[in-house]
Amino acid sequence: MTTSTIRYPRYHEDFQALAAIRPGPSWLVDLRAAAWDRFNELGLPTARRGNERWKYTNLRPLAAIAFESPQATDSTGGLDAGTVRSLAPWDEAWTNLVFVDGKFSEALSTIAPAQNGTVCSDLASALNGNSGPVRDGLAQLASFDDDAFAALNTAFINDGASIQVPDNAVTASPVNLVFVSTAGPQPQVTHPRTLVQVGRNARLTLVESYVDLTGGSNFTNAVLEMAVGQGSHVDHFRLLMDTPDGFHVGTSRVLQGQDSSVTSSSFTTGAAMARNDFLVTLDAPGASCDLRGLYATTGSQHIDNLINIDHAKPHTTSRLFYKGILSGKSRAVFGGTVTVRRDAQKADSRQTDKNLVLSHEAEVDSKPSLLIYADDVQCGHGATAGHIDQDTLFYMQSRGLDRATATKMLIQAFAAEIVDTVGVEQVHGFLETVFAGSIPAESVVFGGRP
Amino acid sequence: MTTQRVISRTDTTSSDLDTDYKWGFTIDIDSDVAPKGLSEDVVRLISAKKGEPEWMLEWRLKAYRHWLRLNYEEPAWANIEHPQIDFQDIYYYAAPSSGKDAPKSLDEVDPEILEAFDKLGIPLAEREKLAGVAVDAVLDSVSVATTYQETLEKAGIIFCSMSEAIRNHPDLVQKYLGSVVPYGDNFYASLNSAVFSDGSFAYIPKGVRCPIELMTYFRINQADSGQFERTLIVAEEGSYVSYLEGCTAPARKQHQLHAAVVELVALDDAEIKYSTLQNWFPGDRDGQGGVYNFVTKRGKCAGQNSKISWTQVETGSAITWKYPSVILQGDNSVGEFYSVALVNNYQQADTGTKMIHMGKNTKSTIVAKGISAGHGNATYRGLVKIMPSADNSKNFTQCDSLLIGDKCGAHTVPYIEVRNPTAQMEHEASTSKVSDDQLFYCQQRGIGVEDAHYMIINGFCRGIFQELPFEFAMEASQLLKVSLEGAVG
Repeated sequence: MTTSTIRYPRYHEDFQALAAIRPGPSWLVDLRAAAWDRFNELGLPTARRGNERWKYTNLRPLAAIAFESPQATDSTGGLDAGTVRSLAPWDEAWTNLVFVDGKFSEALSTIAPAQNGTVCSDLASALNGNSGPVRDGLAQLASFDDDAFAALNTAFINDGASIQVPDNAVTASPVNLVFVSTAGPQPQVTHPRTLVQVGRNARLTLVESYVDLTGGSNFTNAVLEMAVGQGSHVDHFRLLMDTPDGFHVGTSRVLQGQDSSVTSSSFTTGAAMARNDFLVTLDAPGASCDLRGLYATTGSQHIDNLINIDHAKPHTTSRLFYKGILSGKSRAVFGGTVTVRRDAQKADSRQTDKNLVLSHEAEVDSKPSLLIYADDVQCGHGATAGHIDQDTLFYMQSRGLDRATATKMLIQAFAAEIVDTVGVEQVHGFLETVFAGSIPAESVVFGGRP
Repeated sequence: MTTQRVISRTDTTSSDLDTDYKWGFTIDIDSDVAPKGLSEDVVRLISAKKGEPEWMLEWRLKAYRHWLRLNYEEPAWANIEHPQIDFQDIYYYAAPSSGKDAPKSLDEVDPEILEAFDKLGIPLAEREKLAGVAVDAVLDSVSVATTYQETLEKAGIIFCSMSEAIRNHPDLVQKYLGSVVPYGDNFYASLNSAVFSDGSFAYIPKGVRCPIELMTYFRINQADSGQFERTLIVAEEGSYVSYLEGCTAPARKQHQLHAAVVELVALDDAEIKYSTLQNWFPGDRDGQGGVYNFVTKRGKCAGQNSKISWTQVETGSAITWKYPSVILQGDNSVGEFYSVALVNNYQQADTGTKMIHMGKNTKSTIVAKGISAGHGNATYRGLVKIMPSADNSKNFTQCDSLLIGDKCGAHTVPYIEVRNPTAQMEHEASTSKVSDDQLFYCQQRGIGVEDAHYMIINGFCRGIFQELPFEFAMEASQLLKVSLEGAVG
């Protein structure tokens, strides 16, 4: 630790407290210390000029709050099993890991019998047991060199999930991670960390849900690292249901091996500020990924998706399709960069961002970029923003539907293009009922200014 | 002020540069140059040299002081790389010295200069090839001649060098200069505002349709000099003008800086069509030499139903950094941007446009074609901004990139900011190489690989070339061919 000034005393206090209570193995002590130093050097990226990664998202409100780490309470946080089950997609036959205020809750979790050698555990126990794969895997994909949030999360690595799928293992039932925030006396911060290591020719379905029950300004700073081995397939779902005053920064880093495929769907509602920072590296020939997303904002919410795909090797394929529905005074940011590196020939990429803007005060900022350094490629992107098509609406009205119903149907149809790609029945059902209900139909405006 | 004989030294001419650039000659003329480097004295000297009124000097000094506060921090966001520019190692003013005051007629212009422009295909005598085009020829820092003055005067059109405009039409210049690109706009615009030496001024009065095309031809001759010209075009109510701009420079080992500012103002029902063939020296095959082209171009559709259309063919320059933009302020106004940017060898281009929609029912169209070959990198960088007041505005953007060879790069970085739900915004982009099927088809019909490439690339750019006036379209297509030499086969 250098003698440089401590820029965030509240985080520093909690960092020292964690090191004292849960020191863990020595490599972890070093990792956390290095990450803390880096975080202290970088600081939160609040600059409003020359800060391309955060061009459209102002982090000053987040930086102004002295979040505190949750005090140790009983591991259920006062929640009962029935409530938890209604908060996120759930099936008793799955492996369900529940985290309350960042801490694993054994009482609320249900762990299915191990399938084909797959290891699912909370990260805290894995760290306690000084698990080899965890030691070798942590902080390998989520670099904190130039990412303050990854650095902050790494400095606070303590709990989360650890999943190892061995070669040739097919985990038939999904692994379900539910992160719940409950009320504290002060705004709270949690740093859940998830490490997923999938071997060769294996298969995994992973569901992550982040729920806030408080209505307060909690901050979740989550990091997911997922390495997918040769010939493996992963279905990933990320559901964020935050409160209107909540803050969420999700950093996901995926590394794909030869002929592997990943489909990842992200669904986001709520949040005063939510960031979904997703990077997939297609690191071997034949790797492919299909990323989809749906975001719905209302009130004064702000959702920022930064989706990057790195075609590092030849013969790689990527698809990216995000859709947004905006109302109120909300703002949605989409930043996506597809990079095709030198010699990554035969890359095939398609990137699309479509936005439905339903109110006069809402704002869409979209920046879908292509950085191409190889010549034999097929890459494209498209972005649209607009309101509901008046001709379609007129047609539906002419068939006897009232305007409100027709509007609602069209919004649902717009969302269905993403929702209906979800192949896991429980997740699809959950999205259709719970999530769809949070898409606002009010404050829809048409034509000129009222 | 010293009078210096410009000698074409062997180490600065094209003889040992490996290039196909055929406009790379230098001419041997007397030149008036200000001392190297930039200081308040140089700004005052330029202003005094041009006999400018006090307000103009004040404006320059304000710009210079603003630029100083920027502390040599050039904008760093573009996808370009270059060594630090030494702003004190540049001549900020170089003018062919005529021995007396500005030439009254073509007969008084140095014959060597006339010959040089003739050689470039820009005859300053009012005849033959470019008949029907009024040319303002700018050599280094000053305008040397403007043709067809009489024809234009009859229509009430003012077309002259910026220096003349400041002397003869101060009210107009004072009213519009800096109204679209203020002196504090960006690093290079501030620099230009402080030291701009000449450029063209055009004023089209109410209801006049300019009978001939207006053209400015820019030529850098002096070594180690920067060229900083400033162009201002004002189209009054219901007027129309088509303006062309061409440029070349000698092939030299050293990089040269070109930082121009162009401002367009279109009032109610007016239309300005601005076409550029940018052919500054691109550097040789190994990336030696070439012009650094940092240009700020912006038009304001100030009136209702006004229209500004930018068409550019960018084949030259070692570095191109330019974003011809339109502020769509008047209701129902229209902005267009058509661009072909070609990079070969070690050229870098970061170019695009900004369309700022403010008025109701405003429309903008962006069609950008990028071609990358050799070790070149071409980036399209554009902003479409729909303000809350821009009801029912529309934008259509299409960016296509072609890659030739596996050492080049093509990048697309669009920024889309929509703050009005009634706006319709569409953006499409694609990147690919020249299709093998198309090449095969051409070859099978007996067309060689190289010709087939030119044909396909020409087809790729056709939509843009069609926006150019006829002579320019021919030249653009030729330029493309020359610039691509050695890229295929």
